[in-house]
Amino acid sequence: MAGKKEEANIKAYSQNFTTMTPGSFAKKMRTCVIFQFIRFIVINLKMLVVVSKSH
Amino acid sequence: MLVSGHTAATFAAKWLGSAHEVVVVTPNAKWNWIPSNIWVGVGQMKKEEVTFDLAPVYAKAGITYKQAKAVSLNPEGSASSNKPFVTVEFTEAGKAGTTENIEYDYIINATGPKLNFGATPGLGVGSELGEHTVSVCTADHAVHASHELEKCIEKMKKGERQKFLIGTGHGMCTCQGAAFEYIFNIEHELNRAGVRDMADIKWISNESFLGDFGVGGLHMKTMGYSVSSKIFAESLFTERGVDWIIGAHVNKVESGKAHYELLDGSMGEEEFNFSMLIPPFAGVGLKAFDKAGEDITATVFAPNGFMKVDANYAAGAYENWKASDWPSTYQNPTYSNMFACGIAFAPPHPISKPMSSPNGTPINPTPPRTGMPSGIIGKAVAHSICDRILKGENAPLHEASMANMGAACVASAGKGLFNGTAAAMTIYPVIPDFEKYPGTGRDTDYTFGEIGLAGHWIKHILHHLFIWKAKLKAGWTLIPE
Ligand SMILES: Cc1cc2nc3c(=O)[nH]c(=O)nc-3n(C[C@H](O)[C@H](O)[C@H](O)COP(=O)(O)OP(=O)(O)OC[C@H]3O[C@@H](n4cnc5c(N)ncnc54)[C@H](O)[C@@H]3O)c2cc1C
Repeated sequence: MAGKKEEANIKAYSQNFTTMTPGSFAKKMRTCVIFQFIRFIVINLKMLVVVSKSH
Repeated sequence: MLVSGHTAATFAAKWLGSAHEVVVVTPNAKWNWIPSNIWVGVGQMKKEEVTFDLAPVYAKAGITYKQAKAVSLNPEGSASSNKPFVTVEFTEAGKAGTTENIEYDYIINATGPKLNFGATPGLGVGSELGEHTVSVCTADHAVHASHELEKCIEKMKKGERQKFLIGTGHGMCTCQGAAFEYIFNIEHELNRAGVRDMADIKWISNESFLGDFGVGGLHMKTMGYSVSSKIFAESLFTERGVDWIIGAHVNKVESGKAHYELLDGSMGEEEFNFSMLIPPFAGVGLKAFDKAGEDITATVFAPNGFMKVDANYAAGAYENWKASDWPSTYQNPTYSNMFACGIAFAPPHPISKPMSSPNGTPINPTPPRTGMPSGIIGKAVAHSICDRILKGENAPLHEASMANMGAACVASAGKGLFNGTAAAMTIYPVIPDFEKYPGTGRDTDYTFGEIGLAGHWIKHILHHLFIWKAKLKAGWTLIPE
């Protein structure tokens, strides 16, 4: 099979045909500890800004 | 009271000191960190990890704790006394069923929702869960759900295909976020158990589009684009092989089968081996009486049982809605010493656009009041009351409108220190303001979301942080709501 595994769930002309799906790199980065550690800091800072705007 | 009421009571006790009495009335002996019920429901946490005994915490805080449920309010007192009081019925072993009238100067209604399973035939009776589906709304429900899930996993291991149906159990439900978390946690656990290929997983909800979440969806800035939550939600469902039915009012549940009506008026049914359908929420059914004993429930409470506050309940059609319809002080318009916070206050209208099928069946999410807004509102109300007690009756009230407030939300999509993921999101403001932010209704500089392991770490840390805060351990006031 030459197709990509990440795209196998899409069915032509079904309700999921018009969305986007992540490729293998995007999926890998989701659980890449070093990258996610950086995202952890960034997300926390972003959340703190929203929290401080709300109190 | 859990999120909103616990926050209000603990801050009030801290600010007022021992010169004044703070009384908490709640039917539960234990506090429950509800968001982690999702992990209890897939067997990844024990009930004991998400609950703790309230009595020692309130004793430490100097709060009088009555394990009872409020039944009625007499905001004008009775024929023999002008002092307002609340009638409570004890649930504590040994005292169960006995009642007491507790007088008050100020009262906060933070009773949360009645889990109205009875609204859908077959889903349950009154606030009791029925036998055909499971729930994760309480810690006990979640324990039961995890046992049922375990049985399905055992069947799949023996080669028996299983069908999972997760979502909302009525056309007027809220809390889609919890169902969203549960469906992806189940998918994650089935992978972990090596039986994912034996499962068909389907979402059913009353949202008119996937990713509505009861807040009319949200737009997030991604790679320079403002992208709708619909795209992200559909993407995740597709990636994880989860099919979906939306715009659905589940109107009947039987053993292994849910019947539903869609927004286009068509009827359908879906079979399942395992189903978790969130019930619709209603007020807990408190009554109110005037001095003469006349029933004034309709004056104090909206028809859905939630307490009326300073909201604009006459906004009318969707086209007329404004962000300013939403309450800011949570004071009851009739009785100025009565407040409602968290899920207990009556919202002016939904956030998502109201819709109905050609048969006239309303099918749209009702407005969520998630943890962060519930906590902030509880604290603001406690502040207002403390000011009025300490500074005088005319002290200005503190404001905490959901139209000027953001919310941070972390939706788990599977638990695991290195392979877990969660969608970390912020939304600002919670109530879209199309006058201030034409187009999306939100400030896309402060509305964002992304899925990954970092989100899971945050969710796990929040679990410990909020239990620490709720137990009033060192530095609890420094942890934001
Ligand atoms: C499974 C699940 C997961 C969730 N996950 C998240 C999440 O990740 N993030 C988030 O922000 N929100 C989440 N939520 C929503 C969140 O739990 C609620 O927003 C929050 O609990 C609302 O707080 P509250 O104080 O208004 O009500 P509650 O927390 O429900 O507290 C109400 C309390 O009042 C008590 N009570 C009921 N009747 C009476 C009576 N007659 N007299 C006295 N007391 C009474 C109840 O027993 C309860 O203790 C989730 C909800 C569920 C069901």
